[in-house]
Amino acid sequence: MAFDEVKTVDFKVVGQRVKRPDGMDKVTGKAKFGADVVAPGMLHAAIVRSPHAHARIVKIDTSKAEALKGVKGVVTRADFAEGLSGGNLDVLENVMAGEKALYDGHAVAAVAAISPLIARDAMKLVEVEYEILPHVTDVDKAMGADAPVIRAGTADKTVPEGMHANVVRYHESGHGDVDAGFAEADLVIEDSFKTEATHQGYIEPHACLASMGEGNGDLWCCTQGHWNVQKLCAAMLGLEQSQLRVTASEIGGGFGGKTAVFIEPVALALSRKTNRPVKLVMSRSEVFRATGPTSSTSMDIKIGMKKDGTITAGQGTFRLQGGAFPGAPMEFTAMCAFAPYNLKHVKQMGFDVLANRPKQAAYRAPGSPMAAFAVESVIDELCKQLGLDPLEVRLKNASAQGTKASFGPTWDRIGLVETLEAAKAHPHYSAPTKAGQGRGISCGFWFNHGGETSVTLALSEDGTAQLSVGTPDIGGSRASMAQMAAEELGIPYENVRTTIADTATLGYNEVSHGSRVTYASGLATIKAARNAVKILCGRAAAKWGIDEDAVVWEDGFAKPSGPNAGEFDPIPIDKLTQSMGRTGGPIVGHFEATPEGAGVSFATHIVDAEVDKETGQTKIVRYTVIQDAGKAINPAYVEGQFQGGAVQGIGWALNEEYIYGEDGRLQNDLFLDYRIPVASDLPMIDTVIVEVPNPGHPYGVRGVGETSICPPLAAIANAVSAAAGVRLKELPMSPPRILAALDKQANG
Amino acid sequence: MVEVNLWSGLRAFADGKDVVEVDAKNVGEVLRGLVELHPGLEDVIEAGVSVAVDGKVIASGLMEEVMPDSEVYLMQQLKGG
Repeated sequence: MAFDEVKTVDFKVVGQRVKRPDGMDKVTGKAKFGADVVAPGMLHAAIVRSPHAHARIVKIDTSKAEALKGVKGVVTRADFAEGLSGGNLDVLENVMAGEKALYDGHAVAAVAAISPLIARDAMKLVEVEYEILPHVTDVDKAMGADAPVIRAGTADKTVPEGMHANVVRYHESGHGDVDAGFAEADLVIEDSFKTEATHQGYIEPHACLASMGEGNGDLWCCTQGHWNVQKLCAAMLGLEQSQLRVTASEIGGGFGGKTAVFIEPVALALSRKTNRPVKLVMSRSEVFRATGPTSSTSMDIKIGMKKDGTITAGQGTFRLQGGAFPGAPMEFTAMCAFAPYNLKHVKQMGFDVLANRPKQAAYRAPGSPMAAFAVESVIDELCKQLGLDPLEVRLKNASAQGTKASFGPTWDRIGLVETLEAAKAHPHYSAPTKAGQGRGISCGFWFNHGGETSVTLALSEDGTAQLSVGTPDIGGSRASMAQMAAEELGIPYENVRTTIADTATLGYNEVSHGSRVTYASGLATIKAARNAVKILCGRAAAKWGIDEDAVVWEDGFAKPSGPNAGEFDPIPIDKLTQSMGRTGGPIVGHFEATPEGAGVSFATHIVDAEVDKETGQTKIVRYTVIQDAGKAINPAYVEGQFQGGAVQGIGWALNEEYIYGEDGRLQNDLFLDYRIPVASDLPMIDTVIVEVPNPGHPYGVRGVGETSICPPLAAIANAVSAAAGVRLKELPMSPPRILAALDKQANG
Repeated sequence: MVEVNLWSGLRAFADGKDVVEVDAKNVGEVLRGLVELHPGLEDVIEAGVSVAVDGKVIASGLMEEVMPDSEVYLMQQLKGG
């Protein structure tokens, strides 16, 4: 057996809908989430937050809070490391304000007390003197000449001369000559679009428990990446990274929002100051006000099309505000915008803009859904005005292997055409719509990612396996990893236990982001298992007195590779592991590397929407997700990711938005006022898994977690626009916006 | 020599060029070569970039091989949610 050959057929465990290992603990309440961790002598912390959108901090007086009985410590910015720069400084500025409060909800101090109630009382006794400054929360206004400067000197060298200081980064890419392309078109449409910021909406608020000792510490927290937490917290506390051990709890949703740190350094600073363990749990209001929503956007799109549906050129300008810090994912918005299409002439420009809002955090395919909304809306309008089938037009222009991506490189094997063909063949696409309903389709694209990955697979004496991975399980990865390990070892799925190891146990692991876990940790698991199998074959070879290469591993047994290898009875895995201590020692497979073969992913969504023109309310009546998964390790989980992306997209498209008052304060910081979809809002989300294998993974896996949120905004907007009879250009398409659009249409 | 395609926003740091030739056998040498020829690119490259080699996006592997006839694109550093 070659130990590194690609395996794409004859799977026994992979592809099965196995039971999830964490399911029972979660439904019975046994699973330990961030807020469930406790320690003897533990204190409770609360954070003092700015009520102003933009203000200079003149003075902070903590004396009254410190004097309150039961209070054990108060920290401000002075309790964190000095001399940080770049990204680390931005993170610290966001975690605890320095000279200025930059948004409503920005942390300015924190207290630790013997009870949550005392901590909250003490919080109110911290006296902060502010000098209120002008603020701006809208992305277009933040770029205007009269906008207040939020953080002077933040812009990098990419920003063109003459732009406002709030524009801090610029991206431009593309190829060809767009003007020549527009000249070839029979119809050119140019339009503008806006989307509001939305929150990832994870059900579990951020929570952690910190315990600092002499120059070292332990931290338990809900996070998508505990090595990243270790690195950032060590920098902010002035610790050596290895002296801080971080353990990831179960996680109640992340969607990108838990790739950052917000409260962890604060809890560590309070623990260091009080010499006690400190627990810090955010309220829902704090989550909305002070953790990362996605960017809001303002976009201009121009696309030319011939009468036969050929797209002759595309151009997009994408302005994203990412709060008061650089990092709005405008380059991804730009690069994803036209990625589904094979264009001779294309140009995309992105602007990263500061505003007095919380620091944006990644949210599933950061930047891509907004781009799809704008571009796919214009394509839909072109198809409508030219009398063309929107699916046929997308097929005609679709990116495929060998065509040039809008951002440059030539595509390898990709599955967009296959998703479009599956959409065309799906009964949903040919089913008639009822009166008052409209149908929309959209394509979507996401890059996917590999990243630094470490995995250890240790065999037990009884032939079962303990698999340690370092990527928190945000989407069912423990089951998928166990399936891949079982496949390689030839043992039952139930004989593999997957654990999310802490930072002291494995080498570095990048965050669970970029839809990388099933790809990268999966690849690492396969390689680690193959290493273990190689050792097993070696032990069998030694027992038989033959060459190691003359032994093969099949279905959990070592066997002679053929008649020439000799006549020996196959040896099962448990017979080899029983004696491993006497035949060379423990059998462990490792993998530590940075896999670079993450395959990109495309999806096509079909949506039927019904609009009540009297109330402006929209109902999604039918929804089908078709996406390339490369290879679905566990189809149930893959379908879940498809459905989850669609549902979050429905919320983003129809209801969810950050609403700021004239005073720059967030008006809807509770789920009562920030409306995410619930089950009764939704139809069953139908799914089709397309499998175009990724050549960069042993089983062909492509990440699936993010691409599913790329098409929904556009597909729903196209459906709603068809149902309402008017083009909707701003998200969310809430009832007031739909009524306003209908009113504008009726009154010219 | 390897032809490296820059995203057009980087032309300002490469004497107006969007294709730069460097002597390189791997991704690390591509990046070093670009900075040697056009020091203005250093800040962008230091901030983090990905490199697409024959359609495969290399997010961080400096030792990944590059051939003289490889299609090489400098790209924004990839991450995700």
